Amino acid sequence: MENNNTYWQENLRLILICLVIWFIVSFGFGILLVDELNTIRLGGYKLGFWFAQQGSIYAFLGLIFWYSKKMNDLDKKYDVE
Amino acid sequence: MDELKLYTYIAVFGTFGLYFAIAIWARAGSTSEFYAAGGGITPLQNGMAIGADWMSAASFISMAGLIAFLGYGGSVFLMGWTGGYVLLAMCLAPYMRKHGKFTVPEFVGDRFYSKTARIVTIVCLIIASVTYIIGQMKGVGVAFSRFLEVEYDTGLYIGMGVVFFYAVLGGMKGITYTQIAQYIVLITAYTIPGIFISFQLTGNPIPQLGLGSTLADGSGVYLLDKLDLVVTDLGFKEYTTAKMGGTLNMFAYTLSLMIGTAGLPHVIMRFFTVPSVKAARASAGYALIFIALLYTVAPAVGAMARYNLMNTIEPSAGQNLEYEQRPQWFKDWEKTGLLEFSDKNGDGKIQYSADATKNEMVKVDRDIMVLANPSIANLPNWVIALVAAGGLAAALSTAAGLLLAISSSISHDLLKGILTPDMTEKTELLTGRVVMSVSILFAGYLGLNPPGFAAGTVALAFGLAASSIFPALMMGIFSRSMNDKGAIAGMCAGLGVTMLYVFQHKGIMFIPGTSFLGDMQADWFFGISPNAFGAVGAIVNFAVAFIVLKMTQPAPQEIRDLVDNFRSPHGEVAAAQDH
Repeated sequence: MENNNTYWQENLRLILICLVIWFIVSFGFGILLVDELNTIRLGGYKLGFWFAQQGSIYAFLGLIFWYSKKMNDLDKKYDVE
Repeated sequence: MDELKLYTYIAVFGTFGLYFAIAIWARAGSTSEFYAAGGGITPLQNGMAIGADWMSAASFISMAGLIAFLGYGGSVFLMGWTGGYVLLAMCLAPYMRKHGKFTVPEFVGDRFYSKTARIVTIVCLIIASVTYIIGQMKGVGVAFSRFLEVEYDTGLYIGMGVVFFYAVLGGMKGITYTQIAQYIVLITAYTIPGIFISFQLTGNPIPQLGLGSTLADGSGVYLLDKLDLVVTDLGFKEYTTAKMGGTLNMFAYTLSLMIGTAGLPHVIMRFFTVPSVKAARASAGYALIFIALLYTVAPAVGAMARYNLMNTIEPSAGQNLEYEQRPQWFKDWEKTGLLEFSDKNGDGKIQYSADATKNEMVKVDRDIMVLANPSIANLPNWVIALVAAGGLAAALSTAAGLLLAISSSISHDLLKGILTPDMTEKTELLTGRVVMSVSILFAGYLGLNPPGFAAGTVALAFGLAASSIFPALMMGIFSRSMNDKGAIAGMCAGLGVTMLYVFQHKGIMFIPGTSFLGDMQADWFFGISPNAFGAVGAIVNFAVAFIVLKMTQPAPQEIRDLVDNFRSPHGEVAAAQDH
């Protein structure tokens, strides 16, 4: 039971990290800070526009796979596979 | 028969033949296969099936067109319809898979130890899914009537027949394998025109990079800069910065679509088909790869289609196209009524402008941006034929997933779970098939006689899922003490507030003239549009639930144990089969 509890706490910590990044790349860079970021350019893209239409989606992908990998490690560590 | 029509027939009926073959090969023999494909789908397969299930006629046909005309504002759809998968992968899918049941209402009923909670979820699910399915049925009819020039009704009957065959026969198993095939058809049909057009315009065949490249006309100007210049010259808002409503509206809209995505039962259900918790997490990642393939191409298709359209009408500033010299695709789409020209100043040339008094392109339906895109760019006929097959694949695959969600909630949750619990597995399987057949007829009927509120329905489906189902699932997993009364009160409050807001601005059941506040931006609560209100409904849901929890008994110990159990993958069952 105790073991189960720390497993859940570690899971929550991972989720929190992921959701903070999730929020920053989409709501942060893509919406709230878009005008500021648009002054920077990435080739033909304005950076804020790029985050809103491309970058955030790539970041979401990275987050899911990273979380998935970390959770597989956690499953092994706590022997809950 | 001309060449284009021949190719279109080959592409459409060739893919239909493939779906039939899969249906016969993947018949369902048990309820476990019918509802959850026997729990034996690999994450990669499930990812593709989720991709097809998720990407509807709206994603395939309408989204790039929306972006083409909204510019930066269209980003809410791109972020909103992908960001929900992060929530699914981390906050919902693994635990609901571990719990090991077939349907979303069943999970809610178990977790909140309440038949009432289960019934409320069934109601939300049916409203959300039925409203969603009308759009798919219309998509099928439209695709047939545009590409094969058969009657809208005939097209709809053919589509119903195809779905009937593989969904009723194969259940989740048949649907899953068909969706894998449909994914491949739709992604090929979407990306090939994108690659062609990107290469034509920028010399870079990868649309995601082409959008950020310079034009291939030797000017060295970036495509997006040129587009900004062209649209602002005609008085439209700058493409790369045009907001949809204000910043708060875009924020709420994106959030509503994200949590709506995570709360839509036909998507969540797909996570019950994989063999383990680990596979459920991985499925979400694969699903998003397959979805991102389309969603990162869509903004390029949108921007390039807008550029091509502007460029056709006004090849260089002040040199407008003579109406008599208009290209063939222009004439074709005029016939459908989706494109309309009116020579207001009588000069025989086409003027396109943001100023309504000068604008002569009186109607440019946004769906044209994807459907006519290959013709605008002069792509070969086989590419156009492929787009027809892709649009149909997108509509049919989503319709099948929704039908399964509806029929399982009626046969499994309402009949077996609540009304006649002593039903045998064989009877339940038969009932599932009968309910599915009735649902197809009902959906077909709605497709033939779309209710007046059809246009606003997809927004309503997301609003419902976001404000009722998503918060209930989150509290069920992340709060051990959340009780039945809190969850039910929360769902009803979230649902009520959202429906009230949508109806008061859009009319009761979308009937014109019954809106009591008017659909004006000035009347919106902090400038939040009705489509974006699901996020506010969700906040109300959470708040009401926790207030009620404070005033009532928290969940009993056995429910807390249940929560502890599904939070950990330990001791999971191979597949949902305890029925």
